[in-house]
Amino acid sequence: MPPMIMNGLFTQLLGAIVAVSLAPLFLGWVNQCRAWLSNRSAPPLLQPYLVIRKLLHKDAVLAENASPLFRVVPYILFGAMVTAAAIIPSLGTALPFAVCADAIALVGLFATARVFIALAAMDIGTAFGSMGARREMMVGFLAEPALLMVVFTASLICGSTALPTIADTLAGRTLAIYPSLAFAGVAFLMVLLAENARIPIDNPATHLELTMIHEAMVLEYSARHLALIEWASALKLFNYACIGFALFLPWGLAHEDNPLALLWALPLLGLKLIAAGAGLALIETVSAKLRIFRAPEFLAMAFMLAVLGLLVRLLLGS
Amino acid sequence: MPDATASVPLSAQLIHLAAAVMLLLSFAMLAQRRLVSLVNLFAAQGATLVGSTLVVAYSTGQHELYLSAAVTSIKVVLLPYVLHRLIRRLSLQWDTETLVNIPTTMLIGLGVVIFAFGLAQPLSELASTVTRSTLGIAMAVVLLSFLMMITRRKAISQVIGFLAMENGLFFAATSATYGMPMVVELGILLDVLVGAFIFGIFFFHIREQFESLELSHLESLKED
Repeated sequence: MPPMIMNGLFTQLLGAIVAVSLAPLFLGWVNQCRAWLSNRSAPPLLQPYLVIRKLLHKDAVLAENASPLFRVVPYILFGAMVTAAAIIPSLGTALPFAVCADAIALVGLFATARVFIALAAMDIGTAFGSMGARREMMVGFLAEPALLMVVFTASLICGSTALPTIADTLAGRTLAIYPSLAFAGVAFLMVLLAENARIPIDNPATHLELTMIHEAMVLEYSARHLALIEWASALKLFNYACIGFALFLPWGLAHEDNPLALLWALPLLGLKLIAAGAGLALIETVSAKLRIFRAPEFLAMAFMLAVLGLLVRLLLGS
Repeated sequence: MPDATASVPLSAQLIHLAAAVMLLLSFAMLAQRRLVSLVNLFAAQGATLVGSTLVVAYSTGQHELYLSAAVTSIKVVLLPYVLHRLIRRLSLQWDTETLVNIPTTMLIGLGVVIFAFGLAQPLSELASTVTRSTLGIAMAVVLLSFLMMITRRKAISQVIGFLAMENGLFFAATSATYGMPMVVELGILLDVLVGAFIFGIFFFHIREQFESLELSHLESLKED
């Protein structure tokens, strides 16, 4: 096997492993920042790992009328997120498998995960599950076109929809002001907040029935299933952060020709994640949760910003 | 094709940025429910306009544009001050009033922007300046302000729409053709100022007569 492919495989594998192992840590960091900012004493940084470990040690309880779908969904969810983590250029851009799945496929992968979790939520037939599923689908169908538009804006600049190519092109360009990317960046941030059940749309820490979206869907899960779902949502947040870095802060990724760059791509990714987590916590602290009926407005705004980015790129060429 | 931006000079890049920010602020105004924030957004739009005029003035060495920027900054300071006072005096701070709901308005706004860009494409081919492509954005700002005037019910937000439209016109003038003759500019500005003051007086009269600033009350000729 030629060494270049070996490099690529190693980068891809390392990216996926780093994502899976660091995702709960990132979530813990965000939670810690949120606690600090709201003057509470913070949970330990490793709390998400402890939760997952605790859940893995418990016995799973299933509803009597749960179908096989209900059992497999956590695995599908986790699998989808790991696959996504593998094709996002988080450490290096030499990803041999990324040619089979560009950014559009990535959005599709997220959509698949969403459909399955919504189906599982409706499977038991409780009121909360189906309510959460409906709300999730409402948020999802509005966030998805916005995310696609963000990706298209970047693709228009780079002439490709493959994320590694986009990250490579954007990192290699000369420094210039791109208003279109700024628009896309804000839109992406809004989509990130909405898709990861973050505060303006959903509160990840809430257990108040009327406002839950994500939490309502996973109420029926317990033990190892719940652990996988929690892990998968941490991974989703991590993945979104990495997509954001690839599109808007693509510097410091390892290239195909120098695998040694991976050595400093990893600490750089850590730094970016620390900054992003603090920023995310800050946004969540200063903004209030929107009423659920305002969510379409929020997401329409994201869509509009993304389309504006596209139009500005087309008109001004910048 | 991939990267044409890097070859454009910095001043043109800054003007493009200003154009994009103006467009963004127009949309923000379209989506804004609170009147106080609407006035602040209007002031921010004016400030962006001043910034871009200064950049044009510096990069082309046309000194009368500095004067033009100074004149425009009246709109950043004086008009928002007057509007804020009006809002306080009429106690309208918490008003929410749109005819069409906001997501729909924004989608219509997107359509308007596409229309304006399409319209401006052949026009801007005629100009010879580096920043000619901002003409489409200036036109979009004008049309979006129109849209705001149409979709708002209260007189005061319609007036802000009117003033924002004037911002768009100024932007078109400075960025696409490097400024209008000073006389024209001063004339327009005076008109706008006088207009704003007359509107202010009107508001009080409208409210005295109808106890509300909803313009739909003006549509019926006599009281039932």
